[in-house]
Order: sequence, then structure tokens, then C-alpha cells
Amino acid sequence: MNAQNEPEIRELSYAEAIREAMDIALEADPSVLLMGEDIGVYGGAFQVTGDLVEKYGTDRVMDTPISELGGAGVAVGAALTGLKPIFEFQFSDFAALAMEQIVNQAAKVRFMLGGSVSVPLVMRFPAGSGTGAAAQHSQSIEAWLGHVPGLKVVQPSTPEDAKGLLLAAVADPDPVMIFEHKLLYKMKGQVPGGHYTTPIGKAAIRRVGKDVTIVATSIMVHKAMEAAEQLRADDIDAEVIDLRTVRPMDRDTVLSSVRKTGRLICVYEGVKTLGVGAEISAMVAESDAFDFLDAPIVRLGGAECPIPYNPELEKAVVPQMPDILAAARDIVKGRV
Amino acid sequence: MPETPQNTNLPYAIRAYSPERLREALKKMYLVRKFEEGAEDSYMRGLIHGTMHLSIGQEASAIGSTMALTDEDKITSTHRGHGHCVGKGADLGKMFAEFFGKETGYCKGRGGSMHIADPSKGNLGANGIVGGGLPIAVGAALSAKRLGTGAVTICFFGDGANNEGAFHEALNMASIWKLPVVFVCENNKYGMSTSTERSTAVKNIAERAAAYSMPGVTVDGNDFSAVTEAVDAAVERARAGDGPSLVENLTYRWRGHSKSDRNRYRTKEEINEWMGRDPIPAMAKLLMEHHIITEDGVAAIEAEAEKIIKDAIEFATNGPDPKVEAVTRDVYTTEATA
Ligand SMILES: Cc1ncc(C[n+]2csc(CCOP(=O)(O)OP(=O)(O)O)c2C)c(N)n1
Ligand SMILES: [Mg+2]
Repeated sequence: MNAQNEPEIRELSYAEAIREAMDIALEADPSVLLMGEDIGVYGGAFQVTGDLVEKYGTDRVMDTPISELGGAGVAVGAALTGLKPIFEFQFSDFAALAMEQIVNQAAKVRFMLGGSVSVPLVMRFPAGSGTGAAAQHSQSIEAWLGHVPGLKVVQPSTPEDAKGLLLAAVADPDPVMIFEHKLLYKMKGQVPGGHYTTPIGKAAIRRVGKDVTIVATSIMVHKAMEAAEQLRADDIDAEVIDLRTVRPMDRDTVLSSVRKTGRLICVYEGVKTLGVGAEISAMVAESDAFDFLDAPIVRLGGAECPIPYNPELEKAVVPQMPDILAAARDIVKGRV
Repeated sequence: MPETPQNTNLPYAIRAYSPERLREALKKMYLVRKFEEGAEDSYMRGLIHGTMHLSIGQEASAIGSTMALTDEDKITSTHRGHGHCVGKGADLGKMFAEFFGKETGYCKGRGGSMHIADPSKGNLGANGIVGGGLPIAVGAALSAKRLGTGAVTICFFGDGANNEGAFHEALNMASIWKLPVVFVCENNKYGMSTSTERSTAVKNIAERAAAYSMPGVTVDGNDFSAVTEAVDAAVERARAGDGPSLVENLTYRWRGHSKSDRNRYRTKEEINEWMGRDPIPAMAKLLMEHHIITEDGVAAIEAEAEKIIKDAIEFATNGPDPKVEAVTRDVYTTEATA
């Protein structure tokens, strides 16, 4: 855990990578503490905090009562006065109970007080569908929080970024909201050891291509990558951009890709209407990249309904790999 | 409706309810137990996905608390709500069908275990949000008062839920508006892994009642008669227009919090001790002691419950899956264009 040493790269799961980031942050800075429901001896609902409580004790890995609004508010107050809380929501859906403190307090207090304070707060949200947990435990609400100036909102899609973005969030003086897709927790990937950060506000080009730009978030990045591989058989060369940060959005990376490919597909799990894809599309439509478009923009997002319980319905309401394939074939069809 | 008490030396439930009602209550307790064992088994065999919260060990609380209710009365329930559902008269086949995600389930496969509801019988539903049902119950009681229906609402919630702001806001409003609602806390000592000692500033949840000027009592939640005695009195008070009450049933869940749980927050000894206080044999014993049923009668009721569950699983298995094309149905009452 030393930045000076050449960091060795190991294979870790997404959950392990997040735990390692929290471990590094706790070790490096006594003002960092973890708060959340059942994050201590239980290890977190998704076993992300694991046994950190054994190493750091219950003063720094704090189980809160089931009090999301109060707990979030305590974290805001602590962040205003010298601590750096990393607050875990058990499910991102429960942010709804804490919106007051997140939206009216954490996001605005610095601005309202004329810049005299800041809120170095990190919040982690296990998000997304696919676990059969139905409408109140499966939502993708990053666009809700992305709509609030004062917050930064990230969605890591790989173990490496999950660690790097969390460490960047801890170092950031402003509130950073991290959406972690539950289906990614077990996904393995190469993760550098030691301390490093992944820049907030910077997208990653996961695959370089020339025919169509696919901007994806979170778990959709993996579906887009799979689709891109299959599209080679159709002689379609897709560029896949992992947006990584919803706010502030990486305008340059998206626009220069669209200028190159002339086609844009946005893929995200949140409800399609008024979602992340709307912002990406508008960003392109308002810029000179618009002139490069050879086809209408396509948005693939969640269906206009809550997440249903039945597994077939549940699959049907979020974009799947074949949907991306079909959209790409369609948009590239009449190419010249 | 409880009948007029006669011999006051008898336990309350024996005085208040007919032998038929008491035998039916025992059957319901078996139904809850066997429904959940069946659900657990189906889950292990990969027949259902998602998660579920079993109330095995808490049956006296659910069935005892709903004894005095009619179909006009309402309940709001929790994520651990199968017992409340059975108490309010739910059909076991439709419950299982919901578990299996079928169109024939209570929520047409949209909700699953955490959202089973039967509004036609006054069951406003389980809830995936801890504390979510508390203000809703107060709203149902407001309707009853304004509309003059005479209905009472029982609001089930766990010990963990008592630390949500919604709990405190709901109790206060119920009290200032004198609404016909009974708050029934099923205190099973833990909210997931967090014990009430670690999460809650008072020893008994019932102590919270004083802050909202309503009566609060704590009873042995595994003692059917004790539960009915406390809850029925609170229901009567609500029906008489005297306002809300809080009843705390001390009980214990035998299983882990949900499908996965390493039980690292409690001891084997504690679990075993509570398993020794099984509310179902205790209820059977109570009824036998008062000659309401024989040992063979108990065995027959258990067998009957088993058969109902077997048939319910068969009904669920054979039901149709929902149609994917219809997935956005029922988002609005009248179809909206998005
Ligand atoms: C608002 C909210 N916070 C957290 C959760 C996750 N969760 C589900 S059940 C539960 C424990 C609830 O404890 P309690 O109220 O005592 O009910 P019990 O599970 O013991 O029956 C938790 C933390 C949730 N569903 N909703
Ligand atoms: Mg509990």
C-alpha cells in the first residue's frame, strides 16, 4: 500500500477492489470512517465492507440503525466538521429516504454559504436490477442525483475503476455519489495494488472503432463490448465508450468519437425517458458534432415501468446485448 | 370479533374465541410455517429467484394479532409478511404463484415475496422499504375515520423500523388525530444483524408510545393468548374512537435475515433457546389443555395444512407466466403515453 512502490497488478473482484480502496483510505487517513447498515460484523448486504470492522473497529466501521435520512445527515455534518465519511446505502433505492440530506444539504451547503465550507463526503449505492428483488430494490437512480449541481456522480464498470474512482472520491473535497451495479460485485478484473485514482469526469474508450459510437454506463459497458465483438461479423466496427462519470460528463471524449463515427447509441439501465441518454444526446445535438451525424441518435434505456419480479419480465425491461446488436445493425445499415 | 369473556381464570384467547376460531388459528399457524418451509425448499431447488424473508418462529404474533379483524379492517405489512398475509385470510395458492412469478399470483408476478398484497381482504401489502407501511397505515386509519367505515388498521413493523423517521412521524400523527390504528411491533431482537441494544435508545419499543401519548405494552409474542389479549384490547380502543396504541410482540426469527446469512451476529445458544419456545406446539398445548382439540386433532390439522401447501405449490407451478409484452401494464390506471 505504498504509492512509491511499483504497484503489482492482481486479479480482484469488483467488491474486493472497493474494499481494498476503503482499506487504503482508512489506513492512510484517520479522519476517514465507514458508515452504513450492517457493514460491520455482517460485512455489508453485498459483503463489500467484509471484515474491515475487524481491522478498524466499530468506531471507524460504524453500523447505523435503520435510519437513512438521519444517517446521511450525520455523515453530512461530520463531513462539514473534519471527518471524511464513506456512507453505504444498503440498496441505492433507499437514497429516496435520504434525498433531503443529499440534495438539499450535502449538494448545496457550500454554495449557499458562499464557498466557506465543503462537504468531503462519499456515498456508495448498490444499484441496478437482475437479482429478482423487484421494484423497490432494483432501480438505477443515477440520473436523479445527476440532476443536482453540487454532486458528482460516478458509475464504475470495472474492478480497477471501482477502486480508482473510490479513492478519487475520498480525495475529492465535494460530495461524490458512487453507483455500483450489484451484478458487477463478483466480476473479476486486473487491479493495480497500492494507491491510485481514476479521474472523476473522464470517460474511457474501451474499444476503438470507426462506424458507430456506443456510449454505455456501468454494466451496460460489458454488454456493449460483447455486442461490439459480434458486430465484427457484420463488418461493423463499433467504438465503445464507458462514460464512468454521469456528472460532470466527459463532453470531449463523446463528441470527438461521434465526429469520427457519425453514429451514436446510448445504452444505460435507468429509465430511458429523462435519463442519462437524454443528456448525452442533447450534448451532441447542441454541438458541432451534430453536423457529423449520419443517422438519428438511438437511446437504449430501461422500460417505462418499475422493475418487475418475474425473471423474464425483469430481463425484458433493461437493455440486453441483442438489443444493442440490433440497434447497431439498424443504425449502420444504410451507410455510404 | 372476540366473544364476551366469561370465566376470567381462563387464558384470554380461550375466553374470547370459539373452539372453531381457535382451531382455525392453529391451522393458520401451521400454514405459515409450512408455506415458508415450502418456499425455502423451492428456493434451494432453484425454482424461485430473488430473495425472501422467513418468519418461522414468529407465527403466534402474526396470527394472534389478526384474530379480531374483519375483511373490512386493514393491515400494512413488512418484508417479513407471509404470516400477516395468512392471518388476513390470503389464498396460499395465489401466494405461492406470486413467489413463482406467475400471472396467477397476487401481484401477477410483478411483486414477488416482498410485495404480496390482497386489497380485497384489507391487506394493503408487504413492503420492501423498512418503515414504508407506517404512515400508510395512518392514512388508512384516516380514511376509516373520515369515511366512517368503522375499520381499524393494524400496522405491522419490525424493531429495526422503529428507528426510521417515518415511525416517529406516523405515531405522532395517529395520536394528534386520534386515528383507529394499532401499531404492532414484531420485536425479534435484530434488524438484520443489528441488535436492538445496538440500534435503539430504549429497552422496549413499547416505551416509544409514551412520547406520542398512546398506550404501549410489551408481550410475549410467542404466546398466542398474550398476543390476542393485547392486540384485541388495542383494536377495541381504536374502534371505540379512542385512538392509536402500540403493542410490542417479543419474538424471534429462527432463520437468517434473508436467503443468505452467516448468523455472525448471534449465538447458536440463543437460536436454540428460542427454537425451544416454538409458538406452534405451545398453541396446540393450550388448546389441548382446554379440551378444544385432541392430539389426533392437532395431527389432523397439521396434515391438512400440509395438503393445502402441496396443492398451493401445484397450483403455482401450473400457472401461466406473465406476458413480456404486457410488462408496462398497470404503471398508470389509464394508459399513458411515454
Ligand atoms: C429503508 C430500508 N432500509 C433498509 C432496508 C434493508 N433491510 C430490509 S429488512 C431490514 C431489517 C429490518 O429489521 P426489522 O424492522 O427489525 O424487521 P425484521 O427483518 O427483523 O423482521 C433491512 C435493514 C430496507 N429494505 N429498507
Ligand atoms: Mg427485527
